[in-house]
Parts: sequence; structure tokens; C-alpha cells
Amino acid sequence: MIKEQLDKIRESALKQIGDTEGLDMLNDIRVNFLGKKGELTGILKSMKDVAPEDRPKVGQMVNEVREEIEKSLENTKKRLEAAVREAKLASETIDVTLPAKKNNVGHRHPNTITLEDVENVFIGMGYEVAEGPEVEKDYYNFEALNIPADHPAKDEQDTFYISGDLLLRTQTSSTQVHEMEKGKLPIKMIAPGRVFRADEVDATHSPSFHQIEGLVIDKDITFADLKGTLAEFAKEIFGEDVKVKFRPHHFPFTEPSAEMDVSCFKCGGKGCRFCKGEGWIEILGCGMVHPHVLEMSGIDPNEYTGFAFGLGLERIAVLKYEIDDMRLLYENDIRFLEQF
Amino acid sequence: MDANLNWIKAYVPDLNVSDQEFLDALTLSGTKGESFHRLDKNLDKIVVGQIDKIEPHPDADKLVICQVNIGSEMIQIVTGAKNMKEGDKVPVVLDGGRVAGGHDGSPNPEDGIKIKAGKLRGIPSQGMMCSIEELGSSKDFYPDAPEDGLYILPEDTEVGADAVDILGLHDTVFEFEVTSNRVDCYSILGIAREAAATFKLPFKAPEVKVEETSEKASDYISVEIKDKDLCSRYCARVVTDVKVEPSPEWMQRRLAANGVRPINNIVDITNYVMLEYGQPMHAFDLSTIAGNKIVVKRAKDGEKFVTLDGQERTLDSEVIMICDGEKEVAIGGIMGGENSMITESAKTVLFEAATFNGPNIRKSSKRVGLRTDASGFFEKGLDPNNAEDAINRACQLINELGCGKVTSGIVEEKSPIKPLNRIKFEPDRINKLLGTDIDTPTMLDIFAREELTYDEASNEIIIPSFRQDLIGMCDIAEEVARFYGYDKIPMTLPKNAPTTGKLTFKMTVEKTAREVAQFCGFSQAYGYSFESPKVFDKLLLPEDAPERKAIKISNPLGEDFSIMRTIPLNVILTSLATNYKRRNKDVKLYEIANVYLAKELPLTELPDERSQFVLGFYGEGDFFTMKGAVEEFLAQIGMDNDLEYDAKAGKVFLHPGRQAQISFKGEVIGYLGEVHPEVLDNYGIGTRAYIAVLDLPAIVPHANYNRVYTGIAKFPAVTRDISMVVPTEVTAGEIEKMIRQRGGKKLEKLELFDIYEGSQIDKGFKSMAYSLAFRDKEKTLADDEVNGAMKKILNGLESMNISLRS
Repeated sequence: MIKEQLDKIRESALKQIGDTEGLDMLNDIRVNFLGKKGELTGILKSMKDVAPEDRPKVGQMVNEVREEIEKSLENTKKRLEAAVREAKLASETIDVTLPAKKNNVGHRHPNTITLEDVENVFIGMGYEVAEGPEVEKDYYNFEALNIPADHPAKDEQDTFYISGDLLLRTQTSSTQVHEMEKGKLPIKMIAPGRVFRADEVDATHSPSFHQIEGLVIDKDITFADLKGTLAEFAKEIFGEDVKVKFRPHHFPFTEPSAEMDVSCFKCGGKGCRFCKGEGWIEILGCGMVHPHVLEMSGIDPNEYTGFAFGLGLERIAVLKYEIDDMRLLYENDIRFLEQF
Repeated sequence: MDANLNWIKAYVPDLNVSDQEFLDALTLSGTKGESFHRLDKNLDKIVVGQIDKIEPHPDADKLVICQVNIGSEMIQIVTGAKNMKEGDKVPVVLDGGRVAGGHDGSPNPEDGIKIKAGKLRGIPSQGMMCSIEELGSSKDFYPDAPEDGLYILPEDTEVGADAVDILGLHDTVFEFEVTSNRVDCYSILGIAREAAATFKLPFKAPEVKVEETSEKASDYISVEIKDKDLCSRYCARVVTDVKVEPSPEWMQRRLAANGVRPINNIVDITNYVMLEYGQPMHAFDLSTIAGNKIVVKRAKDGEKFVTLDGQERTLDSEVIMICDGEKEVAIGGIMGGENSMITESAKTVLFEAATFNGPNIRKSSKRVGLRTDASGFFEKGLDPNNAEDAINRACQLINELGCGKVTSGIVEEKSPIKPLNRIKFEPDRINKLLGTDIDTPTMLDIFAREELTYDEASNEIIIPSFRQDLIGMCDIAEEVARFYGYDKIPMTLPKNAPTTGKLTFKMTVEKTAREVAQFCGFSQAYGYSFESPKVFDKLLLPEDAPERKAIKISNPLGEDFSIMRTIPLNVILTSLATNYKRRNKDVKLYEIANVYLAKELPLTELPDERSQFVLGFYGEGDFFTMKGAVEEFLAQIGMDNDLEYDAKAGKVFLHPGRQAQISFKGEVIGYLGEVHPEVLDNYGIGTRAYIAVLDLPAIVPHANYNRVYTGIAKFPAVTRDISMVVPTEVTAGEIEKMIRQRGGKKLEKLELFDIYEGSQIDKGFKSMAYSLAFRDKEKTLADDEVNGAMKKILNGLESMNISLRS
């Protein structure tokens, strides 16, 4: 008798739950069957009419039905909630190919990108970064670098003069002298900075440009160290596969001197318009610090040796970023700057 | 420095490498090859032909039909040329051959011009007879060529032979970049010597022997140097019975290959020796030399002299002159005079080979305004021994050409010639400097190849006089390195103790400035350090403004680049204007660069170079956008407290009501503002623009990156809003100062959220509303505590004639 009643209740409850389409209706079902005045609760209330020996059995049957209904309610609730969320997400679909909202961030100048790249390589190798004055004394720009008054190199560099022995430095090499004069050894520094030469403005010349000077002075520094250091630098800046070539050259303040070419990092050395078909690009000048230069700055060349190098910032920037006119670097057209 | 391969091979006879190999090997041993060009480029199938018969063309008045014997056969060629006759020998390009260019002298096409058999006005033509231009050269270098027409070869030329060979065009001209220390390499002999050493081949210098007559040169001429500081050696030789005529073809070809025009045998000999030895010479017609003497002395200030190009030159007392007994006959080392030049009629010639002071020649040539091949050589500072070798070589060529008789002896005066330099041979030190392990025999072999002799007894290397660049051990080390091969020297890293790499603190602050600017939307500009003094007018600076005391460049590239900037605005304003004119929208730029402030003018000591962080923009944003960027930067370097803005910045180039001086702890660190409309007009910026200038030397000492965590508040804040009516002239800064003073430590935040001026407010007043937040770190604030603070604040505001809005 009770079993039949229970079967009926279960059947009816499960059917109602199965037919439910809204979360709010589920609660009504719970109240109707499991609430204080619910149908199942009614059965429990009628337990007093059941023989005492049968009560545990009936109680168990009632609990089983209750658990079944509760489980069904719970599963259905989860299913319905998932359906609601799914419908909400579906309705929120956007066109992801619509334009981005722009963050107005400014841009670094190609000179600065190049400078920071070079600085990072040398800082990583333990170099300090130094600076020197742009308006300079003849002594630091020329004489102390083994370029005495009548030296032809003085004319070659088309110096801007100010008055007396003051001029606009033509090379960052002047910072070498300032560093050496400080009397602190060893020296391991790079010195980036602005330099000036009386060249008319055109696509490949500017009367004001930037160089980065490097100087290492210590005991037992060799030409092989110079080669190794600069080869390392070239790999960091131009890529792991780049090859370097050192050619003899002449600078008054280094001996032996060299120019360093790197295999063209645009064509890999096959020859292209950037390397003018040669497969190699001239990057910097370097050499072992001339003993007379050491001596003039109070360093004993019998005890110390060193190497120095100098490279043009714009030259590297122009090559690396394929900038076909140097004037673009100084016009500051935002359409140019935004490309970096 | 140009040098043709055929001439080099004359002294390195075993040289047998491709043009590219030659260029590459010399570059790696220190004589940098820039480029080369083959004189026979695009010259194909060109033979010597003899014109057998010339007949008129039946259908064209301007054309003729020639039967031409090319050795193996007779071919027919139709031509428009007119300067030939039957029996003439000419270069003939055969069917399928190629010439360098057209006969009109226009630029040669890259691949030349292909010649095919065909018909000209109906008559078959099996090739083309050539002008010198079609062969890639010109009348300048082949003076016997006609103005217009075929190049007629000498009568004794072999028919059917390679015409390119006969014209000396199977040759390559190399362009070398010779460094200023290698004066000896500005010569064919110098390059040949380097080539021999590079390829380890024998070097065969010309053997110079002069056949002299019994007459003494000293009977014809005497030499005196009055200013030995400017001329250390003067050698003279006399040639009699001179026949002035064209020089032989071989000499003309060598001159032509190096871009020197053949003129006549005497002039050509001097030019030939100049190219070969790197020693300029001069030839005088002895009949024009008065008093049988040469005197070398300084010119007088203001003296005039006509050089052999017919130009009158003004001299001064630093110019060295060659004079005879009465007058000047040449500007020493630069150019001869019109009054003594060689003409066809010269019978007795005086050759000069001298050594002048290099720097003096360089300066004189600049002042006189005359730069010549000769001055180009002399200004490098020549070896005095070279003068003697060169003048003897010239006389040997007179012998060889049979164009005169050389009298006996050199007449000369000279300063003592320095003994040969000796350098101690220290192979260990050389290896230590290079980081190599090169053995001594290898080093000695390198020296021998370069004509440096090793004196075993003294263990010294004896340096020949032409190598003025070799002075000490490091110079010798370079010689070893370059012939051993720079590429064979190992690559190592210094083995010394490690060091710490870093930026200076100033550079770190500048880097922060760049980063903040960039995040605030500003892109980096670069400009020049020099500008026009007109900038001061554009910026409306009064005549007595201190900024006008700028450092002047004594040799500027023009007025626009003539002064060092004292005020950093021009680059940014000019760049904004450039962008504005190009219709670029919303442009924000910044620059970090120096201004140069002179302590006194004219400059006697180094100026104060001050790094300036300048920001500028037009487009979206206003004064407060700029102020935000400035504060963002100052916050990043720990300077966001104790800032003050004083509206009385006194900058004439800024809007008088929209400018502020920025101070940190009472010290001025910069300014910002809206650019004055008149300045905008001057620059051509048609919209409002804003700038800020931060003086980094004033900022860097205060900058810091120290931060201490102060905890996150655990107790709630109590906020109070106040809305007030404020007299217009009272600034937000004054109100905030008052509120902060009275609010005490518990006033955590103060924010302006509304400001209004207009119809609902009485004239002379504005409405302002602030939100105040109070917080105690230790406990929840009680209302009466806040009320007390608020009362103090309101009393303070009242004292400023501010009333609360109800």
C-alpha cells in the first residue's frame, strides 16, 4: 500500500522535474514533494499507522525516494544553470576582427634603439658608460690623441672651431683622454655622444651625428682581445651568424689599427644593395692604443696596453633599419618615428 | 689613388692573379682597394683592319662602302665616317662583337653595345669601324685621335691583330684608399712594393742610370734655398738640345690609364715620374730663367703672380716661391708660372724635384685657393731622398726617349737628411701586443719582403727612408700583423679580473625620462646643437635677454647653423611645425639634448653643457596634459612631493596666462606652458601647442629610486566633499596648501572634482568642489575627529574670502 503510494510520488516527481524548463519551477517542485507540507512528508506523518516492526523498512523506502528526488532536482538545476550561462555567453559574442582600441604610447628614435642595444652588450661585458663634453679643447680632441697641430688628419675631419683652442669635438675619442687622465686603472668603458663635422646636410651626411667610443686599458691586453671582443659585439648586434673581417687601417691614436667589416646582415654575404654587392659592411675603426697616447695621459706603456674602438651610431641605425636618407633622423616626422 | 695593373706588373713581373684577387689581397694587407674597372670592359672581337677600297653608297650621300682587310678575309663595312682614306688601319668590331659606347661621347651603357651584321640603306655591312669613344676612351687620353671620326692606327700596325691590345686597353685600373701615414703608397712603385710583399713575389724597382754629357749642369744653373723651414731640398738638372714632341705611345697609355692627359714628352716625363715615384716635378724653359739661378724663398705679402693656367694669384709671406735672378717663376709645390712654362720652342730644360714642408703647402694651397696634383702630394710630407731618385729617373727617360742631352750632375741645396730610423727588434713584445705566437724567422721574412733590413749585430730593424710611418715597436708589430694576416690572429677575450658595467646615475635618470615620455605618448626627436640666431627673434626674446649670449661657431655651415643653442625649444617647435605642415594629427615629441651656456664671451673656458628634457605637443590635450607628463616623470624619480607651480614664470615665448615655473623644494627645475600665439605664427604652427622644459642638472641631484612600503590601509577612510565659491584670483594651489595645512596628518587625499565659472556664479568668483579623504592607520576614525579637522579647514578657507556653497 505505502510502497505503491511511494512509487506514485516518485514517478510523479521525476516526471515533473524532467518537464521543468525554468529554475524557479524547480523550487516549487521541491516544496510540493519535500516541503513541510509536501507529499513525501505526508507519508512520514502517516507512519504512526504502520506496524512498528515495518517502520524501519518503510522509513528506508521513504528516504530512498527522497534521495532520488533530491538528486534529480540537483542534476536538473545544474543542467538548467549551464544552459542559462551558455545562452548568455552566446548572446555576448563579439566581432574580434573589429579595430583595437589604441594605447597612445610614444616611440623610441632609431638612434636610441641602436644606442641602447650597443650599451646593453657592453654593460653585459662589464663596461662602464661614460660621457665627455661636446665643446672641447683642441688638446683632448687632437693633440692628446697623437694628432699634433700640423697633422693632416686635423684637416680631414673638417672641424668646427669656436675660439682660441675651443672647438666642437669631431670624435668621441676625446673621452678616452678624459678617462685616462682620471688615473684610475684598469679602464673598461664605452662613451656614446654627439660629434660634429663641417659636412653639408645631404642623404648620407649630417654636420652633427653620434659615435660610440670604447676603451679598455689593463695589463696584457692584446690585439687578439680586441678582435674577440668586437666579434662578440658584432654577433650580439647583427646576429649569431655574422662573420667579422679585420682590415689594416690607420688612425693616429692606435697602432696597430684596423677597420672591422661584418658580413652583410641583410643578404648574408651574397651581395645586395646594402653592402653594394660586396657582401661586407664596414662598421667601425679600432686598434691598440698608441703608446704615445698612453704616455701623454700618464699611463706607462711598458706596463699597460689597451684597445680602443669607435663606431657611428647613425651608420648602424641607417643600415639596420634600411633608412635611405639620413635627414629623416633629424626631421622628426611622426610618420617616421611611429615605425620604430 | 689610381694605379693600373700593367704598370704594377712592370715591377712585379711574376704577378698573375685575377683583378678581384688582387683587390682583396691588397685590402687585407692594408692597401684598401675601393674598386677596379677594366679598360677592355665590353670590348669584344675587335681587330685591326686595313681599308682596301672606299666607294660611295648608291642610296645615301652620307654613307660610304668600305672593303676592309681583317687579315683572314676581306669584309664589307658601311660607315658614315669621313676621316679615313684607302690604306688606313683602323679598329674593326666584327659581327657578334661588342663596343663600350657610342661615338657621341654620351655615358656608356652598362653592357656596352652589341654589333651585328646587317644592312645599311640596303647594303650589307659585316661590322663597324671604331672611334676612340666607342672603345670607351677619349681624345683627352689618345691625343692623336680625330675630333670626330675613326681612330686611325699607326701604319706599321699588324692587320688582323687584337686592336684592344694595340691600344693598351687590356688593363685594369684600381682605385685605392691610401691612409695618410703611407705617403710612399701614393705611387705606382709604392703599390707595386706592397703587392710584391703581399703575394710574396720579387719586386723589381727600375734601375736608374743616367747617361750624361761632359757639360756640367752647374755651368747652367745655381740653386739657393733662403727659407729652409719651408723647403728642405731642391734638386735641379739641366737637359740641352731638347726636342719637344709627343711622348711615345707606351708612356701615353700609362698616363691615360691613370687619368693624366698626355701633352708633350717633357711634361709627360714629369707627370710619369710623379705617378711612378709619388714625387711631383717641374720643368722650366731655361731660357726664361734670368741670372742662371734658382732662389727658393718666401713671397711678399700681397704679391701677385700668374700661374701657368693664366690665373692671377695673390700671395703672402707664408707661401714659398721659386725665383730666378729677377722674378718669381713658380709657387713652390703648387704650380709653375706662366712666365717660365715649357712651350714647343724650348731648347734647354731645367728639371726641378724638391721637398717642401707638407703642412705649409697644405695651408698655402688653401689660402691661395689652388689645389693641384702636386700640392696633393707635397702636403703629405715627402721623403727628401725621393727627390733625387725622381729627378734621375726623369733624366733616364730623356735618354730613353732620345729627346735631349742630360748634362752632368745634380745642382742642389738641402738641409741635412735624417739618418735612417732603427727600431729594436723585440719579437716577444710584438707577440705579447698582438696576442700571437709568431716565430722570429716568419717576422724576419716579412721585414725582408718590405725592404726593412735586419741588423743582427745590433738586433735592430733598419727602416728605409720612404717608410716615414715606422717609428716604434708598435709600428713594427703592425707590419708583422698585416703580412702575417689580421685574419690569422686569434680571437680571445681579455683575461683580466671581471668588472661591473653600468650607466651613470645621470644616464639612468635620462633613461627614466625617455621611458615616461614614451608611455605618455611622446616620441623621441633628435636635432642639431647649433641653430640660427634668428631663433631668439622667433621666440620673442628681448635684445638684452641672457639667452642671446650664445657661443658662435667661427666657421659655421651658414647662419642657420652658426650658434650653439642656449634655449632648447627650437628643435621641438621646428619639428612640431614640420609635422603640422604635413598635416600629421596629434603630434607629441620630446628631446633630451644639451644647451651650451657660456660663462663669458668670447669663450675662453668650456661652457656649461646642460642636459634638457623638452616635451612638446599639439592636438588632443591641454596645459594639464603636459603637467601630467611632467608629474609622471617626477614621480618616477621620487620627486612628486614638494613641487610648486608659479604662474609668474616670466617666459615671453609662452602664453602669459598659461605658464608655470616648476620648483622642487624651492629650487627651480623647469617650466611649462602653452606656446605664445605669436611664436606659433613664427613657426607656422596653426593650432595651440604646449611645451615643458626640465633642466636635468637641477633635477638629477634630487632624483632617487628609493622606495619604502608603507602598508595598505586596514581601516576605512572618511570622505567629505566641500563645494565653495572662490574669488577668481585665488588659485587651486593656494586652496590646497591651506587645506593640507589645516587638515593635519589624517588628511590622506585631496581631489578637485569640479570647477565652474559662469552664469550661476557671481562675476569675479568661481565655484570649486573638493573631495577630502581622512584616514587613521590605527583605527576607524570617529566622526567628531573628522568634524574637528573640517572646522579648521573651513575657518582657514573663510579667511581667504571663500564661502561654502549651500
